[in-house]
Amino acid sequence: METTRLIIVAVGGQGNLLASKVLGDAALLAGVPVRMSEIHGMAQRGGVVESAIVFGEAESAIISDGEADILLGFEPAETLRAIKRCSKETRVITNTAPVPPFTVAVGMGTYPDVEQMKQLIKAKTAGLVAIDAMALAKEAGSPMSVNIVLVGALIQTGALGFDRKMVEQAIKNRVKPAFQEVNLKAFDLGFTAAANA
Amino acid sequence: MHKLLQDCPGEKIMLLGNEAIARGAVEAGVAFATTYPGTPSSEISLNLFQMSRETDLYFEYSTNEKVALEVAAAAANSGLRTFCMMKHVGLNVAADPLMTLAYVGVTAGMVILSADDPAMFSSQNEQDNRYYAKFGGLPMLEPSSVAEAKEMIKAAFDLSESLKQPVLLRTTTRINHSSAFVDFGEMAPRKTRGRFVRDPQRCVTVPAVSRGLHVKLLERLKNAAQMSETSLFNMVQGKGPLGIIANGVSFHYAEDAVRDLGLTDRASILRMGFSNPMPEKRIKAFLAGCEKVLVVEEGEPFMEEAVKAFAQEEGITIPIKGKSDDLFSRLFEYDPAMVREKMAAFFHVSYTPKTAVDTADVPEIPMRPPNLCSGCSHRATFYEIKQAAKDMDVICPTDIGCYTLGFLPPLHMGDFVICMGSSVSTACGFGKATDQKVVSFVGDSTFFHSGITGLVNAVFNNHNFTLVILENDTTAMTGHQPHPGVDMELLGLSGHGRVNIEQLVKALGVEHVSIVKPFKVKKSIDTIKEALAFKGVSVIISQEPCALYAKSLKLKTPRPFVVSGKCKDHRDCITAIACPSFYLDENNRVAIDADTCVGCAVCAQICPENAIRPLKE
Repeated sequence: METTRLIIVAVGGQGNLLASKVLGDAALLAGVPVRMSEIHGMAQRGGVVESAIVFGEAESAIISDGEADILLGFEPAETLRAIKRCSKETRVITNTAPVPPFTVAVGMGTYPDVEQMKQLIKAKTAGLVAIDAMALAKEAGSPMSVNIVLVGALIQTGALGFDRKMVEQAIKNRVKPAFQEVNLKAFDLGFTAAANA
Repeated sequence: MHKLLQDCPGEKIMLLGNEAIARGAVEAGVAFATTYPGTPSSEISLNLFQMSRETDLYFEYSTNEKVALEVAAAAANSGLRTFCMMKHVGLNVAADPLMTLAYVGVTAGMVILSADDPAMFSSQNEQDNRYYAKFGGLPMLEPSSVAEAKEMIKAAFDLSESLKQPVLLRTTTRINHSSAFVDFGEMAPRKTRGRFVRDPQRCVTVPAVSRGLHVKLLERLKNAAQMSETSLFNMVQGKGPLGIIANGVSFHYAEDAVRDLGLTDRASILRMGFSNPMPEKRIKAFLAGCEKVLVVEEGEPFMEEAVKAFAQEEGITIPIKGKSDDLFSRLFEYDPAMVREKMAAFFHVSYTPKTAVDTADVPEIPMRPPNLCSGCSHRATFYEIKQAAKDMDVICPTDIGCYTLGFLPPLHMGDFVICMGSSVSTACGFGKATDQKVVSFVGDSTFFHSGITGLVNAVFNNHNFTLVILENDTTAMTGHQPHPGVDMELLGLSGHGRVNIEQLVKALGVEHVSIVKPFKVKKSIDTIKEALAFKGVSVIISQEPCALYAKSLKLKTPRPFVVSGKCKDHRDCITAIACPSFYLDENNRVAIDADTCVGCAVCAQICPENAIRPLKE
């Protein structure tokens, strides 16, 4: 079985751990071995949160620089910051809605231009799918569903080879009934947006 | 029902490593568990705490790791299966009981878990606690995966019972915080009431007794060594003259590297899961079949040095290498590509690594460092101390918790921190050794953990500093665990006592004790000024619940603030307190994110134009 290595980068609070769990459950439904690692603790006080998910035959649960097959970024500048995890064969899916770090407000840095970031990522990797996941999440009914919008976009690209039904089932398993409708809509909007991107 | 209490053997579930360990302990019939929280171990205890609320499992958050280990030692000597867990540096705190408990032993299974943190994701050092096993003469087990961690803790309880000795289980962050599918196993019954049988020749460690106990410890170690020889946790994978010895997560990196490099038919890997005492005969036999050996272990050359000594005894002169300038480092953690590259170099296999993209033309991306939360009371206290002490030459020893982040700009409150409780004792030293004003910071949980003894010292030796106790009613950094000053009724738990910090500090003999409410800025600054002027030991207790904790318990209703048209763009709010709820809007004007603002109103009190106002509904 081929090994597929996925890195998810997000800002604390964007729900990347839920996204990882949904993908893990989908892997179980698809009969694909999976291992994941996360960074907790001090790193989560408003900082960058990263998950590594390894599908398939490899035993290691972390992913070295240059070795991600897919990079899923929940925030455009964080996607670019994580570009060292990619090679020219990596496929990248990113949210385009910025969450500027606080350092920008206090004048310790300038937030890069989103278009420029997109061009850079596109030029360096095997392909970029860029969608405004925040707008789609709001359209789905909750800004909290950004994570699932992006999962939808990821699944549409086919990079993981998962059937969308399995992922939708995994969402139903992981999300409380009251939020299922919003999240399934978010998944669909992300899926459709990636198809048209 | 708690998900880890489900009685459904054979079912698969995705678990975090720490959840798998907690489940393994329950499957082993653990009856008694103690801890002091610390990343990366915290979710183990959190899950046991939750499960203890639904079962007769006894669990406690102890005051510190030494206390936790001593409480646990008594239970394990009363016939109960006992689990004591902590982060790696916690074992330093517990080292005193550990070393002699190793002599005394236990009458029921006892597992002590040390969660090491290579690369220091959330720790002040990356010490390698395998040495504690050697130091204390205790058996040690080390899992390589999440699923194995669950099985290993069960084996550790059995091993402890057969040796009548505590067993150390060592994990690293990449086990604790990885997730994988795990099979639920059978749950052994819990024996929750024990009986202590007097045995002074074993349990009262006066010198005459301890001399005999040390002899017995060495005998037990010999037995442990026999078990290590036959343990399934020490296994050889593959056949071939290219030898690899690996432990923990490095084993899987090595396993993947062997396959990726096409060495499957030429390499054999000895995985060390029972790592103290090491299986001498097995290692010697392994070496005898190898042309050269690569030792893959994060941290110190613990196995490498032992393996080299075994080789020397056998007159084996093959190259054995691990840590060196051109191979592995003692620094930080390993990763799959690193192991593949070093293995290829050592075994002279051609290998072209995937090249990471060139980042030379990537613009500088503004940093996103961890930060004190919106409405964090520590920020207010730091600002007020800074104002009250602005004409003074100040040293600020600080301590371990969220408030360590106060050292970052723009607050710059934090000059020295080495370990839990050190804020108080180092303040003693700085006060005597310099003519600078010393203001130190300690959180409430850390004060209970190991700040109190420093304060007793300060009173006794007549030191000169101001101690600020940041009382936010929880152990915030590690995920809101209770501590002895917490109102447990808020968590729906009765039957707990509560230690009042103000009364405690006064009882210790501190002459100048004041309380501030940090969200009242001007009043707090006045009170702090008085405390700073006091010659001798003064204590300021800054009382305000952690904003996240208050939110989760719905103790307060957030009432966001807004920047009104009166703003003249001084930006004192941003530059002086740097609350993450501030941002610059499209017109480059200061604005407040109403979704994250909790309404502490500190910024409103420092705005020179009174431009920050509550948001009207």
